[in-house]
Amino acid sequence: MTGILSLTTFLPMAGVAAILLLKTFGQTGERADTAAKWIALVTTLATFALSVLLVVQFDQADPGFQFLEEIPWFAGLSYRMGVDGISILFVLLTAFLLPLCVIASWKSIDKRVLEYMIAFLVLETLVIGVFCALDLILFYLFFEAGLVPMFLIIGIWGGKNRIYAAFKFFLYTLLGSVLMLAAVLTMIGVAGTSSIPELMRYQFADWLQPWLWIAFFASFAVKMPMWPVHTWLPDAHVEAPTAGSVILAGILLKMGGYGFMRFSIPMFPDASQMFAPLVFGLSAIAIVYTSLVAFRQTDIKKLIAYSSVAHMGFVTMGIFSGNAVGEQGALFQMLSHGVISGALFLCVGVVYDRMHTREIAFYGGLVNRMPFYAAVFMLFTMGNVGLPGTSGFVGEILTMTGVYQASTWTAFVSASGVILSAMYALTLYRRVVFGEMTNPALAQITDLDRREMLIFAPLIISTLYLGVQPDVVFNITGASVDALVGAWRAALAG
Amino acid sequence: MTSFSLSLVWPEVILAGATLILLVLGAFRGRGGVVFNGLAVLTLAAAAVAAVVGPQGRGFAGGLVADDLAVFAKVAIYAASAFGIVLGDRWLARKGESKFEFPVLILLAALGMGMMASAGDLISLYIGVELHSLALYVLAAFRRDDAKSSEAGLKYFVLGALSSGLLLYGASLIYGFAGSTHFDAIAASVQGHADTGVLFGLVFLICGLAFKVSAAPFHMWTPDVYEGAPTPVVGFFAAAPKLAAMVLLARVLQEGFAEAVEQWRQVILLVALASVFVGAFAGLAQKNLKRLWAYSSIANIGYALIGLAAGGEAGVQAMLMFMVLYMVDVTGFFACLTALQRDGRPMETLEDMAGLVKERPGLALAMTAFSLSALGLPPFTGFFAKFYVFKAAIGAHLEWAAIAALVGSVVAAVYYLRLIKVIWFDAAPSATEKPAVSAQAIAIAAALFSFPVGLVALIWLDPLSKAAAAAFGG
Repeated sequence: MTGILSLTTFLPMAGVAAILLLKTFGQTGERADTAAKWIALVTTLATFALSVLLVVQFDQADPGFQFLEEIPWFAGLSYRMGVDGISILFVLLTAFLLPLCVIASWKSIDKRVLEYMIAFLVLETLVIGVFCALDLILFYLFFEAGLVPMFLIIGIWGGKNRIYAAFKFFLYTLLGSVLMLAAVLTMIGVAGTSSIPELMRYQFADWLQPWLWIAFFASFAVKMPMWPVHTWLPDAHVEAPTAGSVILAGILLKMGGYGFMRFSIPMFPDASQMFAPLVFGLSAIAIVYTSLVAFRQTDIKKLIAYSSVAHMGFVTMGIFSGNAVGEQGALFQMLSHGVISGALFLCVGVVYDRMHTREIAFYGGLVNRMPFYAAVFMLFTMGNVGLPGTSGFVGEILTMTGVYQASTWTAFVSASGVILSAMYALTLYRRVVFGEMTNPALAQITDLDRREMLIFAPLIISTLYLGVQPDVVFNITGASVDALVGAWRAALAG
Repeated sequence: MTSFSLSLVWPEVILAGATLILLVLGAFRGRGGVVFNGLAVLTLAAAAVAAVVGPQGRGFAGGLVADDLAVFAKVAIYAASAFGIVLGDRWLARKGESKFEFPVLILLAALGMGMMASAGDLISLYIGVELHSLALYVLAAFRRDDAKSSEAGLKYFVLGALSSGLLLYGASLIYGFAGSTHFDAIAASVQGHADTGVLFGLVFLICGLAFKVSAAPFHMWTPDVYEGAPTPVVGFFAAAPKLAAMVLLARVLQEGFAEAVEQWRQVILLVALASVFVGAFAGLAQKNLKRLWAYSSIANIGYALIGLAAGGEAGVQAMLMFMVLYMVDVTGFFACLTALQRDGRPMETLEDMAGLVKERPGLALAMTAFSLSALGLPPFTGFFAKFYVFKAAIGAHLEWAAIAALVGSVVAAVYYLRLIKVIWFDAAPSATEKPAVSAQAIAIAAALFSFPVGLVALIWLDPLSKAAAAAFGG
């Protein structure tokens, strides 16, 4: 099965080539747009099929990297690809969300459709590449390059204030990543290799570890985003088109969490232990503070964006809890948040497409005209709150259990976040969906059409299925997480 | 070894001979043209081939060196010069200024730059620098009826003369204190302990060369000259002369003063970081794209200088890789500017580029690629240029300099992004004219090199640059 990872990664580029061919042969207008949408849909579905095949072929008992590929490049670098139980999850999540993004953009994007689809396909390649790369420089290449398509997606197809948001997104992330680049080059210089598996076994000197950890932290904390460097996220979310928000919340944020698990913990175990209280503190602040901020928002998207930051707080504290329960919880929370927050942004997109506003005050009483929508929105709101039976519950309870063993206070404070999240999410739901329909502009609003049902169906299924059957995920991640925690403990023991 | 060996200087002989023949031919014909320019390009190709296949060694009493470094630099310099001629051909014809002097001047500059790359002593250093500088002064003022072009030429000349003075003064001080003009003899005299006088001279020499590569604080001429000079000429002298001067600087520092590395490193670092930050901050205020890229080139020279400051084989290799990869971007960018025209007016300001992606998608994509590459964003080759530089810097324990320079690149990101924003997000005011085929072809080819061809070409450039830098393994 060698080559299957590269195929999964670069398959979207075939779609890009096809769309470019369309353009080169002077095809424009309605028909070319439709063709581009179909090409994008078929390509992303094929990529999803490949990623499912990957999961099926994946050996769950093996904690190491699988489907390895290696081609020497220059200056000691290599094109190395491989996945373990942690990264394969994200590959699947990416490939799962992308077709939904394409369908979600079917009607709402009416200008420069070809470029739009190209941007999403390129983004898919780069994101999958991030999760598959096993060479530091290759990882950095995919990680950084993803900024450009996202910059264009926000900047071209975004809302009113899109330029500001696009610049903020780009510059925040870039500043974090250049520090990581300095650390990456130092590591290559010190260890003499850029291979990630080898670096995971390499022991960096005690004095060096904290510096490297901080440099990586700068990048991943911005990406995640953690309080107090989260301020780019609400802006980016509000301005991005619906599908852009789905990608941003569903996948791009997860690159931060993935980075912590792939680099910070295995490569700098001592520093990770040393800085764990810092991460706990920031996570606890993020959970409480951004939940309160979310409560005061007047824009639906902004509210969900802040709730994302709060949920990512659970992830970061789970990752640094230092036990398998916390790590599993963090991974599960990332997966579940990818599905639920993506779905919530799609819910916002549904009413935004109809009314072109995201003001909470504008809406109210939607249940009268949109019963299906109300039901779907209800489900994902409950998922966001962490109701048992939805996937959101599993992640939150596990991360809190894990953190409880490491830091009781953090678990205590973050548990209040669960209540706070119920507060803002249910308030939002009540104000948008329930009540009297007082706004006359809403009188003619229509319920979900078939295309929208098609988008939500897989999301509903996965939210509920993961909520009652989380073992499917833990079976995949188990071996790798145990290895990760085991290596961390061993490194700390000496 | 130190015999009078003409075989070592075949590239120079070919260039000088062909230039003189072309000059006489042009004087009799009275005008240039495609064929004439074609001959000049062929001459450069022949010189490049001669440089590659010719023998290596030291000749002319050690005054000229033919080694891997010289070959590497010369091939790049001659190629960039050839692109300069091709770019200028159509552009000048469109302006009705297709004169035969244009390719001749570029050939003369190439000859001078080749000498700089091969310089083995202070005399050939100075001859090379002056030969190429004089040709460049005239090229900057090539459109003599244009006030801005004349102004650019004059400014360049006056400030260039000043820097030549510094260079010469430094060279004479070094000669006075070290007792020789040869780099290896100078190296022998600074062994163990470098005289204050020699170091004094070296600082002057560095100042003179810093002017040529437009490093801060000797960068003042760059934006004005770039803005005023004809666009294809800017594309030429933003690339090749910079490489030649950097190689020359590497030779002086690594051959002549390898022992005094601790002394000159601080000077180079200061100049490098000043360049990075001047280029990043001053570029923020620019509306004219030629001025913008002048500041961008100042910043990028700063990165190359950091590579040089790292010293040793890794440092020189980093500088070479950086310069070669950067040259492609800068040539490509000015090729785009050369190609673009709207209502008979060159498109030179940020606003002119509004909505370019709809008008000229190919060139717009190319400009985007060059901007991102110059910013150092992967997967473009500019990232790998910076990869080499920072790896060398960190290897030489200059982490703080690397981090400072990386932060500078985030500042510079703002203006590159602004250009991309204008190209992609804004609406086009009116249609652009059909671009010249040659300029467009060069732009697209350079963009394809920037991504993805360059990523493969690195496999082959890496060992070449390593061999070129191997002379300084220390």
